[in-house]
Amino acid sequence: MVFENTSDVIRAERLLKADGWKIRVMGPPPEIRSGCDLVIEFPLIEDLNILRTLQKAGVSPQQIVPINSPLLQPVDLFQTKDFGRHLMIRAANMKLTVDKETLTIVNVSGGGCPDVPYLAREMVGKSLVEAPSPREIGHTLCGYALQLAYEEIRRQCLP
Amino acid sequence: MLAVAGTVPDKDFPLVAGEVCLEGNVICIQGKRAPVNRGTPALLAAACKSTKLLGLPAPFGYLVGDIGLGDGSRRLYEYLSKHLGKTDLQAIAFHYLQPDVDWHNQVLFAVEDMKRRPVLIADAGFMYAAKMSGQAQAYDLFTPDIGELAFLADEEAPHPFYTRGFILHEENRAPDLVARAYKHNNAARYLLVKGEKDYVASGQGILATIDHPTEEALEAIGGTGDTLTGIVTALIEAGIEVEKAAILAARVNRLAGHYAEPTPDTQVMEIIQHIPHTLEQIINEKEKNP
Repeated sequence: MVFENTSDVIRAERLLKADGWKIRVMGPPPEIRSGCDLVIEFPLIEDLNILRTLQKAGVSPQQIVPINSPLLQPVDLFQTKDFGRHLMIRAANMKLTVDKETLTIVNVSGGGCPDVPYLAREMVGKSLVEAPSPREIGHTLCGYALQLAYEEIRRQCLP
Repeated sequence: MLAVAGTVPDKDFPLVAGEVCLEGNVICIQGKRAPVNRGTPALLAAACKSTKLLGLPAPFGYLVGDIGLGDGSRRLYEYLSKHLGKTDLQAIAFHYLQPDVDWHNQVLFAVEDMKRRPVLIADAGFMYAAKMSGQAQAYDLFTPDIGELAFLADEEAPHPFYTRGFILHEENRAPDLVARAYKHNNAARYLLVKGEKDYVASGQGILATIDHPTEEALEAIGGTGDTLTGIVTALIEAGIEVEKAAILAARVNRLAGHYAEPTPDTQVMEIIQHIPHTLEQIINEKEKNP
């Protein structure tokens, strides 16, 4: 399923996973890539059921494309750097750093999509518990990568 | 004159084109103001500081608000594709724009209409689009970080988010990544790779390694790559050849970072304040030991 933007992919992923569908967020096949995209891979046989779920929530895909060859996998490697008082997690091209004592997000770096400075503005200086998640306010692949770093840093820092 | 095209993280910021100045921690353009924290405002702030010290005209900005939906970026792409052909610029740095291959190609067509071809620099989202379009070789300089270098080296990845694991594992082998990026024509004429060590590279391989001083905390600080791109763009505008400008810019950026005595919670404006005296110091050293 191809969506208008990454925010819609993220919303659809959340809805479908909450409903128990076995879906994967992947890179689009080469013939429909535009530059900053994600798609949702799902079993074609479930087409109608899945579409119904999405339409009910007002998130409809722009198109559904059958695929025969493997899709690109998002990066799933994390790198952790411990600066002592601060901890930095990198996922793909995005880095998130928190103060381990106060759990305040102190920096966001890396990335190249326009929501990165926006995400940084909204998250830096806020507590890891209170800051908005990139999933809520991000719109691009860089935002999605930052979400992965955010989840990993929460896993490592929060009880 | 040098120009910078990019975005401001404010959805209500209009599309503006004009001279940019820095007032405190804010850049000003056409009566509009944007705070400097990271992204294109940080690039412009570094460029403003550098051009002022070098006695050059202030940078010209093409800016628009975009918080990631791509709407602002598309308006700016369209504006650039209609207007760049009529301009006369020494260097253009393309920066935080939503990667979009079709629009990227339109902008490159407009550049080809310019009376003289400017030095073309691409960083951030625009660099992603340049690589994905297959036209990386049309550019004079890309300024990736080491993770983005792995993306350039992966001939199949359309975005750093999809860089294949076996290539990411080679991040500590910059020469191999550089060679792979050039082998698949996915690098500009020069690369300025920023990281724990900075590298200047071309199709010939690594030309220079700049690794002093070392400040580990800089990796965590958002905007330090943007300042590097701002400094190198100003040095190129001053007429310094791209390879030399890249080496000098890396030295200035590292040293300015060092003078800021950074910790992981340092914000980039604290580093930008150190650019003028650092640039002056490096230029004086160069004059003494050319």
